[in-house]
Amino acid sequence: MPKISYIEHDGTVHTVEADLGSTVMETALRNGISSIVAECGGGCTCATCMVYVDEAWSATVGPPSAEEEEQLDSAFEVKPTSRLSCQIKVTGALDGLIVRTPAYQGR
Amino acid sequence: MSETIKTDVVIIGAGPVGLFAVFELGLLDIKAHLIDILDKVGGQCAELYPEKPIYDIPAIPLVTGQGLTDALMAQIKPFNPTFHLGEMVTIIENIGDPVFRVTTDHGKVFECKAVVIAAGGGSFQPKRPPIAGIEPYEGISVHYAVRKMDAFRDKRLLIIGGGDSALDWTFNLQPIAKRLTLVHRRDDFRGAPASVNKMRKLVAAGAMDLKIGQVSQLEGADGQLTAATIKDAKDALTRVEVDAMLPFFGLTMKLGPVANWGFKLDGELIPVDVSTFETSRQGLFAIGDINTYPGKLKLILSGFHEAALMAQRAHHYVHPEKRLVFQYTTSSTSLQKKLGVA
Repeated sequence: MPKISYIEHDGTVHTVEADLGSTVMETALRNGISSIVAECGGGCTCATCMVYVDEAWSATVGPPSAEEEEQLDSAFEVKPTSRLSCQIKVTGALDGLIVRTPAYQGR
Repeated sequence: MSETIKTDVVIIGAGPVGLFAVFELGLLDIKAHLIDILDKVGGQCAELYPEKPIYDIPAIPLVTGQGLTDALMAQIKPFNPTFHLGEMVTIIENIGDPVFRVTTDHGKVFECKAVVIAAGGGSFQPKRPPIAGIEPYEGISVHYAVRKMDAFRDKRLLIIGGGDSALDWTFNLQPIAKRLTLVHRRDDFRGAPASVNKMRKLVAAGAMDLKIGQVSQLEGADGQLTAATIKDAKDALTRVEVDAMLPFFGLTMKLGPVANWGFKLDGELIPVDVSTFETSRQGLFAIGDINTYPGKLKLILSGFHEAALMAQRAHHYVHPEKRLVFQYTTSSTSLQKKLGVA
């Protein structure tokens, strides 16, 4: 199974195994990573699961869709590497992925 | 303050479970008023998922959040409930045995025999931007809603956002403001195309300013803003002198006043009795995502079940003199009369 590392704002690192076909958001919730809120449960409608994709992984993960880009308007401290983690599907190519979580998701 | 509204039951929250509660109560001759902080019915289904599919409503393989809301509104139409939208319940008082007085932030007062809290994840409230030191300005020069437009007359305004709320308030306030600056993180707006064009024309005509970036710093004293700094994608800073700021970042769910209603909460949830969905206070019920009990699942279908059982117990308070006979809508002419089909 692919491994994903979540680095929280305070530097805490969680490296966890992810199921293929699940999302980076679901994997975080299953592992109790509370800096990902996911208020809407993965509907791309709340922008409370934002992560900063590590620059080395940005090209592999790819850019947000137009719908996701609109949702990012409701997130805070958005950067060029910002993605909503509910919209990143786990594939074999993402083994070793590193994402950082913001200090605040809007709630 | 307006006159007290007397009714059988007040339902707090007009999401799917609050709406279905109208149906279950209506079959038992119990009238209901619904109060919701959103300006529309449907709760999360309408606010978060209007176009998203729901696959786990029994016997309905696929329905959108708005579709489910519309269907529930059609189903409860015979019971003619009254809606109070855009209002938040602030106080629930026990004034009898049980009689409740319910007060909203608009000063509306209700008197009823039972209260049903169907508030889901709490109340939808504006997201607060995490700008360092914003708190002292909130309510004085940083506002998340416009109550009186005149408060912004001849002021230098900063509006943040790229959706219809930000654009609509830009158009309403630009004519009366001393100067209006709209800030959005990217030069692409999700508001209605006609609104975006209108805004761009105002900018081109020099009637307002548009800055692309995110507000990173505030200046001022005693709650009064004097300036804001905007950081663009390349970290270049622009300082704008402002008297007031209106951020529009959408809504988030907060527990809100529920926390002050005297319940023993389990986290942000209200524990209930699983045979009646009554809280620790007689005549006060909690159904749907806001409640908790052993085995609780936050599913719409669970909320529907809870509404049915709640209504049986609420009948005891609203019509204590009447014996409750269990009936089916399929075969009972009395229920069919209430539904207007017999």
